[in-house]
Amino acid sequence: MVQRQDQPRAPADGQLTASSGAASAVSVGSTAGKKEPPREPVQRKRESLLERLQNSRNGLGLVFMLPAGVLLLLFLSYPLGLGVWLGFTDAKIGRAGQFIGLENYEFLLGDSVARLALFNTLFYTIIASIFKFLLGLWLALLLNRSIRHTTFLRAIVLLPWIVPTALSAIAFWWIYDAQFSIISWVLSRLGFIDRYIDFLGDPWNARFSTIAANIWRGIPFVAISLLAGLQTISPALYEAAAIDGATPWQRFWHITLPLLTPIIAVVMTFSVLFTFTDFQLIYVLTRGGPLNATHLMATLSFQRAISGGALGEGAALAIAMVPFLLGAILFSYFGLQRRTWQQGSDR
Amino acid sequence: MVQNERRNLLKAGTAVGAAGLVGTPAVNAQATWDNQPEKDARLRVLRWSRFVQGDIDTYMANVKRFTEKTGIEVRVDNEGWEDVRPKAAVAANVGSGPDIVLSTNDDANMYPDKLLDVTDLCEYLGKKYGGWYPSVEAFLRPDGKRWIGVGLGSSGSMMVYRQSQLKAAGFDTFPKDTDGFLKMMKALKDKGTPGGMALGNATGDSGWTHWLMWAFGGKLVDKDNKVVIDSPETIKALEYGRELYATFVPGTLSWLDPNNNKAFLDDQISVTNNGISVYYAAKNSTDPKVKAMAEDIQHASFPVGPVGTPTEYHLFFNQMVFRYTKYPKAAKEFLRFMMEEEQFGAWLQGAGGYISQPLAAYEKNAIWTSDPKHTPYRDATKNLRPAGYEGKLGYASAGALADFIVSNMVAEGISGSRTPKEAAERAQKRAERYYKV
Repeated sequence: MVQRQDQPRAPADGQLTASSGAASAVSVGSTAGKKEPPREPVQRKRESLLERLQNSRNGLGLVFMLPAGVLLLLFLSYPLGLGVWLGFTDAKIGRAGQFIGLENYEFLLGDSVARLALFNTLFYTIIASIFKFLLGLWLALLLNRSIRHTTFLRAIVLLPWIVPTALSAIAFWWIYDAQFSIISWVLSRLGFIDRYIDFLGDPWNARFSTIAANIWRGIPFVAISLLAGLQTISPALYEAAAIDGATPWQRFWHITLPLLTPIIAVVMTFSVLFTFTDFQLIYVLTRGGPLNATHLMATLSFQRAISGGALGEGAALAIAMVPFLLGAILFSYFGLQRRTWQQGSDR
Repeated sequence: MVQNERRNLLKAGTAVGAAGLVGTPAVNAQATWDNQPEKDARLRVLRWSRFVQGDIDTYMANVKRFTEKTGIEVRVDNEGWEDVRPKAAVAANVGSGPDIVLSTNDDANMYPDKLLDVTDLCEYLGKKYGGWYPSVEAFLRPDGKRWIGVGLGSSGSMMVYRQSQLKAAGFDTFPKDTDGFLKMMKALKDKGTPGGMALGNATGDSGWTHWLMWAFGGKLVDKDNKVVIDSPETIKALEYGRELYATFVPGTLSWLDPNNNKAFLDDQISVTNNGISVYYAAKNSTDPKVKAMAEDIQHASFPVGPVGTPTEYHLFFNQMVFRYTKYPKAAKEFLRFMMEEEQFGAWLQGAGGYISQPLAAYEKNAIWTSDPKHTPYRDATKNLRPAGYEGKLGYASAGALADFIVSNMVAEGISGSRTPKEAAERAQKRAERYYKV
């Protein structure tokens, strides 16, 4: 309506598509008012909506961002918003819930299994991330040396990351099997143990076994990303340090590590997020057992929401993970990325 | 009169069955059925995926016959049994989707008012085929009057054992009561051939933990849905379980559904609980050593505890017609057709003992006698209890089962990670959340 008033001359163009129509509304919103009067005397001939849109930086920008924006809204914001909403309701699968405020969260707070799952998740994430970082960094440093078959080795290293988790988890399931474990078999053949190790049957064994599997899977991501970071460090710095008589350790501590920090921050943020929200590995290996010792928040959320039908409660459990994830992101952002030297200061 | 008739028919039935055809059970010809399906009806059926190929083969053959006979087109979709539940729930509440869903356990009890009343059909079938088992009524006739679904049967999980190893331990037959069972398990352990049952979060094979609790009189809730799991009976069950657990092979706490099958077939355990699949896996194995084991595999019902009646847990199957269907009569006609002797009998045979019938007359089906090792699986539906025994079924009972409350309690209480009392108290608290005290 508004457009018509602004542009009495605009032809009733049948070819004006729906999308350009919608987009032009945006462009008019941004250009109308300010730019319209000075243009009036120019009296350019038949400047259609489409043409004006093509000449408008802001309008075009918005149009180009539209698909991404729609995707984000539709597939990220909407589900997340829905999840938050569900967490405040008593929805069951297929039954719309009523708003019940914080009842789900109160319920979970008093639920020993949920508390255990929170502990498990934190333990799992912290231990696995530390090891993934240390081992990944070590591997990256090794791969950064000029050794033969570098490309081949780097490709090999990536394998655990490429294999679908569900598949590698099944391999680990056999490795950890109470009756068929290859580790137990070898050890007992060698005479070190006289009964099979109960990898997944004892709560603490199970925790460490699942963590080990997660570390195995996560190292390549850390290693390859850090390797990329290492290669951006100028060799000149090392040469200068060598001339100054710096030891390898000093070179690592004063050159490699500081220059690698921004990459480390990003890589570890992702790594922590992946670990914190892990699901497949646990679901295949233990389904949260034994005695719920390996239930992570993600697996418990699934068990409650989908198998158990308590959608509201499951959503609340999933949403309860968000503060921890945000915390991890903020920590890496403020703690690791915003060092003064990165902003140009030498202090 | 009826008795006589039944016997004669039975004779005929076994004769026919022996000839490799469908056995004929006792049929009460007086039951009448009059139903005219809608014109141009089409049906969509969602069912759980087969456990054995023979199941789906005969099922689809029956479907085809139905279409030939009535002209009603039927589309059948398959999903893993654990995935049918959420789909059915969404269909029920959105009000569109498959006309008929074959699902499990207490699904029908979560949305009874969304389901078509099938009382006439169930009464007809019950009358004709010797009556429904009490467990079927517990699930599908919750108020004792209205039927909200048609029973399909259950997949039995029975005691599976090695005849030779039992003999070696001094037991010629499988014990019928819990005392004898414990003695046998101890003897087996002493002989170096222990048994073992799943204590992990296994959706199927951890069902034995319900048996243990019920065998001693423990239960999750009473008739009024009051949580009563923390009871002296439950504690007694857990104390018994402790002694039982001491005889298990190491590692059962980590066992999920496939573990006991693998361990059994690898000759590592002498006794476990399972569907008939272990036997089939051995029988059809290409490994001669495993194949030879089939001969030695035997099945038995679960031992009966101090309560004096069988207290078994099996996966129950229902058939639900949704109210939103445009062709309620055709849907009923389909279910009737599938439950009639000609079709259902053949299906039981096709399923090879995986499925136990919901109607008493099908006890006479030839599948249960064609191989004596099938026989214990016959009574699965007859002896089973819903996990939410003995309260009303619905969201609470389904949620409590999916959250492994009873299985976790038994695992904690008998493995020694908590005392029986602590384990029961914890289960009580967890269950009360579902039953909202």
